[in-house]
Amino acid sequence: MNPAALPRRFGFTVGPLQYWWPRMQMLGFYAEMAEHPAVDTVVLGEVTCSRRNEFKFDDWLALARDLAGAGKTVVLATMPLLSTEAELRTLRRLCEQDEFAVEAGDVSALAVLAREHAARPERPAFVIGPHVNVYSRAALAEWAPLGAGTWVPPLELSLDAVGHINPPGAPVPGVAGPVVTEVFAFGRMPLAFSARCFTARHHRLKKDECDFRCRDDADGLLLATSEGEPFLVLNGIQTQSAALQCLLDAGPALAAAGVRRLRLSPCSRGFVQALTAFDAVLNHGTPVGAGMEQLRAAGLPGALVDGFARQRPGMVEVAA
Amino acid sequence: MVAEARRAGAAPQLVCPAGSLRALQVAVDAGADAVYLGLKDATNARNFVGLNFDDAQLRTGIRYAHTRGRQVLMALNTYADAHDDSAWQRAVDRAAELGADALIVADVAVMAYARRQHPELRLHLSVQASATTWEAIEFYRQRYGIRRAVLPRVLTLSQVQHTIAHTEAEIEVFGFGSLCVMVEGRCALSAYATGQSPNTAGMCSPPSAVRWEESAAGVEARLGGVLIDRYAPDEPRGYPTLCKGRFEVGGQRDYAIEEPTSLNTLALLPQLIEAGVSAIKIEGRQRSPSYVAEVTRVWRHAIDAAASGARYSVQPGWNAMLGRWAEGQQQTLGAYDRPWR
Repeated sequence: MNPAALPRRFGFTVGPLQYWWPRMQMLGFYAEMAEHPAVDTVVLGEVTCSRRNEFKFDDWLALARDLAGAGKTVVLATMPLLSTEAELRTLRRLCEQDEFAVEAGDVSALAVLAREHAARPERPAFVIGPHVNVYSRAALAEWAPLGAGTWVPPLELSLDAVGHINPPGAPVPGVAGPVVTEVFAFGRMPLAFSARCFTARHHRLKKDECDFRCRDDADGLLLATSEGEPFLVLNGIQTQSAALQCLLDAGPALAAAGVRRLRLSPCSRGFVQALTAFDAVLNHGTPVGAGMEQLRAAGLPGALVDGFARQRPGMVEVAA
Repeated sequence: MVAEARRAGAAPQLVCPAGSLRALQVAVDAGADAVYLGLKDATNARNFVGLNFDDAQLRTGIRYAHTRGRQVLMALNTYADAHDDSAWQRAVDRAAELGADALIVADVAVMAYARRQHPELRLHLSVQASATTWEAIEFYRQRYGIRRAVLPRVLTLSQVQHTIAHTEAEIEVFGFGSLCVMVEGRCALSAYATGQSPNTAGMCSPPSAVRWEESAAGVEARLGGVLIDRYAPDEPRGYPTLCKGRFEVGGQRDYAIEEPTSLNTLALLPQLIEAGVSAIKIEGRQRSPSYVAEVTRVWRHAIDAAASGARYSVQPGWNAMLGRWAEGQQQTLGAYDRPWR
């Protein structure tokens, strides 16, 4: 490993909130993020269901300005699954503003962002989100010049593969210097998307008359096997892992793969402790064991896994 | 030909699966306008033992189809490996060399390579590319010359119509076969449980990860050790595809994600034709030549009837025939009419 490639410190990004939290809970959460010194970047926006309408475009924008005022970098995320013209209109609105960077949730977003970037090259570089399928260096090199500055690899990619695609010694050029790799390092993983709402289906409700029942599940609706093992989580049209990705003990492998930023995905319990533990272990020399102990005492909603990072099934538990 | 197919009301091309040379031949004999197939490796999304084509079979298959005026579309629809993309590049070269009529691609790296090396080679956007909007399809068309896009099985009929109206690319939709409830190319469930996924290995819930076990509670089907389903002695057993298992949610045990059903859009055929769909795809490269032959025959009749201008109705014999091959013996119109909406 080339020591020069080691980042001075890992940056931390608070990923987009996947669940529908009541307004006050959500505002409380982001107020905490605004104050937390380890947080560099916050990704905002509704990324699961366009029917979740409590927080409107202008509300997100106002929240983005508050967080920016607190010194955080803000990114606005587009939805990973679009199927209606109304959703495309929301997408265009997000991409046409130049105040904040945008995270592309799908290729429709890439299309619009490429146009906007060509028209105004000085606008903030965008983020290629984890649900845009970039699995090789050639793919990243194909899309980075459209205006990207950051790449979040697909969740199933190993750190070894990530390091091959955007190596610290020869990073893919982006529009604002080398492309920065940001890895999904903590939280329940969004594994699949469907047109169908599984939460509504579970409650025997139609998608368009769902009573917004996903509001009851602050961390999604647990799906267990017939022998009671937590396995997945239903979150509207999304299926997540029941376990939480946790790359707390992967510091050297992350650095070797050229990863500069880690994404932590919000959960309703223990998130601040997780953030603090990641910062302590990865940036301030706290031993991994002590950090893991803090995490395990934090009342997180599931077990801790890291299989994907190690080229294993994603559900393989953290060894540390 | 292409302009012809774009015209609303024109007969769509019938695109049938060929997991083997035998399946290719029976599909052509039964009236497929085109067959789609993959090579014997991880470059295609049905990477199963005993399935797919080596070079000699590919040559023979292409000759068989071309002699009879039909097309061969080669599926190269997984994502090139981060460590070594040579297999994908080789597959592109083979397709061009052997005269495949089009390449069905998902990965932009593969598209860019094909465009650069073989600009004359026709490209179709695979369903695995998850292009669910016309913006995404137009992006691929304008940038990489994609001539046709296969739509993910998540759009309603009116969304399909809207998409066709806003792109110059031809649109291909699924007409019949096993149903993926997840957006294709956007599902890492299999990777989560087994380490092997459709995007990278061309496999979902691979047989190597399946274990059948007798227990006091019944016969258990496990995938990567995870209990996917448990069957009472008199219950019919299905292959433990991860999303089709029975799980517990909120104290209820049920098919929590998807019931084992098949897509069957025979009833929607006139609307699909009216919308200007250019091709209808039959799923099932992993199915037997008998499946391919019978399903192709039914759809040939149906498309000919629907495009003839005469009054169209689904013949009872057609559905009876298709019903025999439907997974779980149940059929649905899938997202096209969105029964869950």
